[in-house]
Amino acid sequence: MSTQTATVEKNASAANGDTVISIQHLSKSFGENHVLRDFSFDLKQGENAVVLGKSGSGKSVLIKCIIGLLNPDKGSINVLGQNVPELNQEELDRMRVKVGFLFQSNALYDSMTVRENLEFPLRRHWMKSTLDDVDGMVMEALENVGLSHTVDMMPAELSGGMRKRIALARTLILKPEIILYDEPTTGLDPITGKEISNLMLDVQKKYNTSAIVISHDMNCVKIVANRIVVLIDGTCYAVGNYDELKNSNDKKVKQFFE
Amino acid sequence: MKPNSFKNFLAEVGDISAFGWRFFTEGFKPRYEFGELLRQCYFIGYKSLPLVGITAFIMGLVLTIQSRPTLVEFGAEAWLPGMVSVSLVREIAPVISALICAGKIGSGIGAELGSMKVTEQIDAMEVSGTNPFKFLVVTRVMACTLMIPVLAILADIISLYGGYMGANIRGVVNWDLYWYQAFDALSFSDLLPAIVKTFFFGYAIGVVGCYKGYYSSKGTEGVGQSANSAVVVASLLVFIIDLVAVQITDIFQLT
Ligand SMILES: Nc1ncnc2c1ncn2[C@@H]1O[C@H](COP(=O)(O)OP(=O)(O)OP(=O)(O)O)[C@@H](O)[C@H]1O
Ligand SMILES: [Mg+2]
Repeated sequence: MSTQTATVEKNASAANGDTVISIQHLSKSFGENHVLRDFSFDLKQGENAVVLGKSGSGKSVLIKCIIGLLNPDKGSINVLGQNVPELNQEELDRMRVKVGFLFQSNALYDSMTVRENLEFPLRRHWMKSTLDDVDGMVMEALENVGLSHTVDMMPAELSGGMRKRIALARTLILKPEIILYDEPTTGLDPITGKEISNLMLDVQKKYNTSAIVISHDMNCVKIVANRIVVLIDGTCYAVGNYDELKNSNDKKVKQFFE
Repeated sequence: MKPNSFKNFLAEVGDISAFGWRFFTEGFKPRYEFGELLRQCYFIGYKSLPLVGITAFIMGLVLTIQSRPTLVEFGAEAWLPGMVSVSLVREIAPVISALICAGKIGSGIGAELGSMKVTEQIDAMEVSGTNPFKFLVVTRVMACTLMIPVLAILADIISLYGGYMGANIRGVVNWDLYWYQAFDALSFSDLLPAIVKTFFFGYAIGVVGCYKGYYSSKGTEGVGQSANSAVVVASLLVFIIDLVAVQITDIFQLT
């Protein structure tokens, strides 16, 4: 099957076989605030792992360390066979083409139209060969989130949920192999939230991507999660699939499912 | 001043200097952002022209009107164009345009980069394979350094024209004679230091605006503070640079 060969090729690019992201003993603190302590986790090829944790528990910090926006104090983060904290700027850029990042605050460029926002990663990532069809790619990405009519609007003219979807389109436009979603459905109505969750599933199936999803939205978690990580006190407190954790006897874990 | 705030002040001076130095170490390595540089030159230069032009015109006009009575008292009315042109070109036009730009451009850059910082747009650029320091800071500092001298030269010309109008309110000075006298009083050594210092004005305004925005603290309140302190620090720096410049021209006997 052709999808299988594609899987094999992708796995070959990840040095340690099945694992696309391998986090070992990660620690990060801001002054006296020890956010992550000895956090270890492996993300497998083709899986969606959801990170659950209380507000301020360091979920965003975790994925910012993965993409190299924050430098960890200790530990290693292996993404597609490369240790992120040791990469130089050029290697980081090359790694970031393959890793999509959805910001919790969307981070759309206020001074640019929706079209320019989506073109930005395309044009900036030194990928001249794909540049012929920028327009086509922009429209395709917008159609995926159902917002093709907003292409010439400014982000300020859009509603909160629309902005979230544009940000999602911008994340997906480079067709990354790994996607880090920071609260993709927060602030959306249940129906749109469900659509986005299904879109995330479609992306996973269609392009065989792997993803780390941060979410408080249990409906979304139920749809997208292959595996769930519970982040408490800066460590990986529990791992399991939705049903396992839901029926867990541990109080701290159970809280999230009530 | 409390010892602690003095220490903070010194730390900030150090940080701004390091930031300004980073412009040189990163700005001249490739990938050059020419497109963005041109866009910034347009915003910083062209968009400030009306404000700088009007101010320069009024300064020239007012200075001429106010200088006249004193000169008349000494019977030296004929010196009016020469005296006015020297003060305008040497000091008033460059410093006023730099101060206007410190207000308009410094606060603009501070607020823009500050809000980009707090809404994570700067991080988003970094993730999109763009060095935000080069894309945002280097282009803006460069545009300020190049455009403020241009604005200052235009301000020279416009303020001299204002002087011509001012000279003709009470007295009559013929157009050709005014310009002849104005340029006769000016020498190359008046013009050169006055233009050279505007490059430093522009650089300082760009660096301070970008620094304040780039390291804006979280939250919308931080954005307002960045814009505000960018104006204060940039204006102060304009005067300090002016002070240093006059000492240097003095040492080299360019006066
Ligand atoms: N740049 C930073 N400088 C200092 N402290 C930070 C920084 N970023 C995050 N923190 C701190 O790290 C902790 C974790 O923040 P983080 O944004 O990861 O929380 P979170 O789990 O994503 O929460 P939420 O669900 O509310 O988004 C917080 O206590 C925060 O104060
Ligand atoms: Mg967060």
